[in-house]
Amino acid sequence: MKIHEYQAKDLFKNAGIPVPKGAVCKTEKDISGILATIKMPVAVKAQILAGGRGKGGGVVLARSIKSAQKAAETILGMQLVTKQTGESGTEVKTILIEQGVTISREIYLSMLVDRERAAIVIVASQDGGMDIETVAEKTPERILKVYVNPLLGLQGYHLRELTRGLGIPEGSVKSFVAILRNIFRLFLQYDCSLLEINPLVITKKDTVLALDAKVDIDSNALFRHPDIVSMHDSDEEDELEAEAARHGLNYIRLEGTIGSMVNGAGLAMATMDLIKQAGVEPANFLDVGGGASADMVESGFRIILRDPNVRGIFINIFGGILRCDILAEGVVAAAKKVGLSLPVVIRMEGTNVDEGRNILAESDLNLINATDLSHAATLLAAI
Amino acid sequence: MAIFVNRDTRVLVQGITGKEGLFHTKQCRDYGTIIVAGVTPGKGGRKVDEIPVFDSVAEACRETTANASMIVVPPPFAAEAILEAVDAGIDLVICITEGIPVMDMLRVKNAIKGCHTRLIGPNCPGIITPGECKIGIMPGPIHTPGGPVGVVSRSGTLTYEVVHQLTQQGLGQTTCLGIGGDPINGTDFIDCLHAFQNDPETKGVVMVGEIGGSAEEEAAFWIKANMDKPVVGFVAGLTAPPGRRMGHAGAIVSGGRGTAAAKLEAMRSNGIHVCKSLASLGALCREVFTTSAR
Repeated sequence: MKIHEYQAKDLFKNAGIPVPKGAVCKTEKDISGILATIKMPVAVKAQILAGGRGKGGGVVLARSIKSAQKAAETILGMQLVTKQTGESGTEVKTILIEQGVTISREIYLSMLVDRERAAIVIVASQDGGMDIETVAEKTPERILKVYVNPLLGLQGYHLRELTRGLGIPEGSVKSFVAILRNIFRLFLQYDCSLLEINPLVITKKDTVLALDAKVDIDSNALFRHPDIVSMHDSDEEDELEAEAARHGLNYIRLEGTIGSMVNGAGLAMATMDLIKQAGVEPANFLDVGGGASADMVESGFRIILRDPNVRGIFINIFGGILRCDILAEGVVAAAKKVGLSLPVVIRMEGTNVDEGRNILAESDLNLINATDLSHAATLLAAI
Repeated sequence: MAIFVNRDTRVLVQGITGKEGLFHTKQCRDYGTIIVAGVTPGKGGRKVDEIPVFDSVAEACRETTANASMIVVPPPFAAEAILEAVDAGIDLVICITEGIPVMDMLRVKNAIKGCHTRLIGPNCPGIITPGECKIGIMPGPIHTPGGPVGVVSRSGTLTYEVVHQLTQQGLGQTTCLGIGGDPINGTDFIDCLHAFQNDPETKGVVMVGEIGGSAEEEAAFWIKANMDKPVVGFVAGLTAPPGRRMGHAGAIVSGGRGTAAAKLEAMRSNGIHVCKSLASLGALCREVFTTSAR
């Protein structure tokens, strides 16, 4: 789960990681009051979950109260378009107004889980403030990686390697090390999957501050972080994806015309690939769970049918412990309940498959039985 | 022969008193698996379906001859359940549970390094040696005993699909297992390939991967350097959009890494027989496994 910059900075403050003085603003009438409490210059920052805000015009530096007022009024309520939002952009409902700092150095710092080494990896670079993927590609020698055993935690040599490798000036080493320790603690405490500060700045007075903050939390761990759950902002979620999540379905919307409903994530991905190989484009990823109960199938139909691009549906279910006859009854009942009119290709396999196919064939619905996956592909191409 | 489990494997089930736990325990037992005990803290002393239940794994091990454990406890308690089984000295732990926090698995993975216990999963369908032993949630009847093919996969139902196609082609299986769809798991592709290479009954292997991480690439390099048995490879997720988790916690393309195309290319360039379409997997396997080794 993603959280906003201002929410991540609240976590930072509580964890002893310094951030610039600032205030959150959600309505235009509060802007002037906030500006009266903050020294100029200020940064006005759009709070949306998508990245690339700066380039999209969602971050503005202002030297006077007048220009800050204008920037805040412009950004609050704008449709911000970035490389991650799509063409229609995202409405900015919250802004963060922060006191500017005099920067002497900008550093990139992040922490994430390294799956191959089963470690926490700290990625750092002297080239803060830049797109880190570009740095990694063009000047990989300027990226520093330190792997930390999660059971043993940060060791002295990790801290020395980072301090030396980044060339942290003498006067800032103590605060830099304290920040590293606090970030590491926060990362573990909150089950982060990513914690990124770009940039972490050293000011002309040698203080160290997190100018930006990006924190993603492992969704599987939300049960033990009710405070994070309360930060959830569904505004930027796809409406259908949010609806699917409420029904316990794994649904991801895509651009194509053939909807699919599959039991199991791996088979669902392979089914999307099969649709593409048949010469048509998948409209979604939808995993109704290994068991594929009748309720799940019904919810799945409802979600797929709300996507106006869908011209046909492919149901691919491997009935194992769940018998195909029960599954077929569920599909027929759900199709009748939702008033299905689109063509549906069904390929089912597994226990009691013949009984299942008979139930589908005898229903008066527009259900096309595929005998195997190749047959299904041919049928899909014809939709 | 087979790998990791056979007719002598004696299983205890952690989480046996849950609805799913009991259902799948019965399914395994009906298949012929020897189930010797169940463990649910606070419910020791009773029996479910004639299977004795204990309060702890250590107690179950003292009172029975269990040497493998199937874990079907809810995600908040699953990591601890793995550690308990490892501490009790169980040889093989199969964790079915989906949804364990990554940080928990990160700690478990580091904590059990160097222990003799083999962990399979989590977030996996389990392991089956057809006709001998089934520990997991896969449907038994689709499998065919006697080999010659071994199957290793990161997925659940996709594995059933592969096994079904093998069976349809008249190709039996030695052992089939899912290593799990999470970013951090126990046994990996290479562990399984190594075991299949050393198993005289296994004549070839089907390896089923998916997007995310680099386990398939590493396995491909390993195969070229260490294996003389033919391997058929399949990877799901060619059409998966980058940056999105495709159902499994580990199935994500991030920063241009972990794509299906890169995995297929690594497989192809290391001598693995790449299957491009799931529809033709069974036919390709028949072609590869019924002619001589590559």
